[in-house]
Amino acid sequence: MNCSEITNQYYRVNRLPHIWCAGCGHGTLTNTVVRAIDKLKLNKDEVVIVSGIGCSSRAPGYLDFNTLHTTHGRALAFATGIKLANPKLHVIVIMGDGDSSAIGGNHLIHAARRNIDITTIVFNNNIYGMTGGQFSPTTPYGDLATTAAYGNIDKPFDLCSLAQGAGATYVGRATAYHALLMQKLIEKGIQNKGFSFIEGLSLCPTYYGRKNKKGNPFKMHSFFKEYCIDKKLVDKDPEKGINKILIGEFYNNPQPEYIESYQVIIDMLQG
Amino acid sequence: MNDKGYALVQGNEACVEGALAAGMRFFAGYPITPSTEIAEISSQKLPKLGGKFIQMEDELASMAAIIGASLAGIKSMTATSGPGFSLMQENIGYAAITEVPCVIVNVQRGGPSTGLPTSPAQGDVMQAKWGTHGDHPAIALTPNSVQETFEYTVKAFNLAEKYRTPVILLMDEIVGHMREKMAFKNISEIEIINRKKPACKPEDYVAYKPDKDMIPPMASFGEGYRYHVTGLTHDETGFPTNSNEVSEKLIKRIVDKVEKNIDDFSYFEEYKLEDAEIVIIAYGGVSRSAKSAVDELRKQNIKAGLFRPITIWPLLEKQINKVSLHAKEIYVAEMNLGQYSLEVERAACKNCRVKKINKVNGELITPEEIIEAIGGNYEL
Repeated sequence: MNCSEITNQYYRVNRLPHIWCAGCGHGTLTNTVVRAIDKLKLNKDEVVIVSGIGCSSRAPGYLDFNTLHTTHGRALAFATGIKLANPKLHVIVIMGDGDSSAIGGNHLIHAARRNIDITTIVFNNNIYGMTGGQFSPTTPYGDLATTAAYGNIDKPFDLCSLAQGAGATYVGRATAYHALLMQKLIEKGIQNKGFSFIEGLSLCPTYYGRKNKKGNPFKMHSFFKEYCIDKKLVDKDPEKGINKILIGEFYNNPQPEYIESYQVIIDMLQG
Repeated sequence: MNDKGYALVQGNEACVEGALAAGMRFFAGYPITPSTEIAEISSQKLPKLGGKFIQMEDELASMAAIIGASLAGIKSMTATSGPGFSLMQENIGYAAITEVPCVIVNVQRGGPSTGLPTSPAQGDVMQAKWGTHGDHPAIALTPNSVQETFEYTVKAFNLAEKYRTPVILLMDEIVGHMREKMAFKNISEIEIINRKKPACKPEDYVAYKPDKDMIPPMASFGEGYRYHVTGLTHDETGFPTNSNEVSEKLIKRIVDKVEKNIDDFSYFEEYKLEDAEIVIIAYGGVSRSAKSAVDELRKQNIKAGLFRPITIWPLLEKQINKVSLHAKEIYVAEMNLGQYSLEVERAACKNCRVKKINKVNGELITPEEIIEAIGGNYEL
């Protein structure tokens, strides 16, 4: 499908234009979600997109599925209830970095631990954008933010390692520049019967970029192009990974899924 | 259960039985005394009926999960006590503004904070009304026996479904942990109300457009009605709005749909009120002491009576006002420092004096203490 066909098929056109700033990476990442759904030919009535609070979490409002914009950090807990209540639904969660790993960090690790069949996509722009540029759990050490006026002394999370360590069975990372890779990872994440975690590095030229002199959106995209390298290449030659950001598929290890395990108990009890 | 249909049942157990009879097929919770039996028994019984139980990572998540399950069309409940009830407030507000039916059980214990985990209290009365921020509707029911816990859990589900709103079953440790004879009613005789579904085609569905009864029909996720749900103030389509006019209309509607229908669910008990000059108002566990006190005071020729609200929110203003017109004095007995008594005073409109009998030491207010406060003699 071309762009306008995708838009007409999957977007709530009457809700556009979106609220994101010029140059923001979230629009591109949202489109990777939509294109992955299109590629897998999922029935729109059976797709639920759940989000928390923040810039990223406005995405579902523009998409023509069952959409739920929840409270800050709690998207995965809402999604868990939806999936348990109707396992036929494809439940996709879109969160931001602060949303998923600060206020929602506990829900993230526990959803991952259960290996419940939910695809989680984090739009990571290293900042709280909606509230005007405060540091988040993924703001790099030393960087500036409105609440880190003298440099951030919090160490950042590696979200993919966090999710994998907590029990996610499919993990990968791409960027707003590497949109085709992002789409592929989301497709595989949706197909994984279990908890999938895909981090999409986004960019916030308005707050993070401006505060840290990262240049215009073109420069910020170019940074991803120059500094990201696929894990497959680094596996072959570890030296290539020095001072680079790893992208690609990190982990793909299917395990028994939570609701299927529960269904075994129900079937046993109901004889 | 014996062959006459009776069994010795705990209050918390009766709550689960009521919930299952009402159609609960999803429970999410987090262990907390003195409500834990509700989670335990739900975990045992739900999968046998094809339902599901999940122990979440905390009470924030429990509340979120039941809202999610309800949006997917399954009747859902959680249960907790004070500390967990505090954590649930965020998403209780979400359920209120998004109009998602669900039931929250709070088996009250001593507070604030960790307080007295194994002792009874009634300190969450105001929190049940005003716990979450912003103006919102509140329905809270407070049973005083095991049998009533069963019946009012069913009613809590029915009201949640009918009015599309979170409903709180405000129990206390006494009612939750006591064991009494309970009649297991034939489930087919119990009135069950289910949420109103849209009659229109999906393309004509306007998710938050209310009918004349102020309640919008509710489609479940997955039924073909693809709509948007948000905790932001929204218009009838369900999408966010910054319009002052639309915002005010929404908040007034979600409050009015409950408060203007209070006659539909004004549950209360009147005991020896006909000629009562001294009226005790008490609810939950304390109302049992109050009833004994009334009987004893009557023996002493003191014309005492009891008004027992079961619907504790919204306030039964009409009924309390009527009581105040005939009483010389009202005594509000509660295991807190007077949360409900101020509301009673307001409803009494200075028609009579309103006095307080309070206790916050983790013990039930006894009949003797009530009698003494009223000025009777007690030699029990």
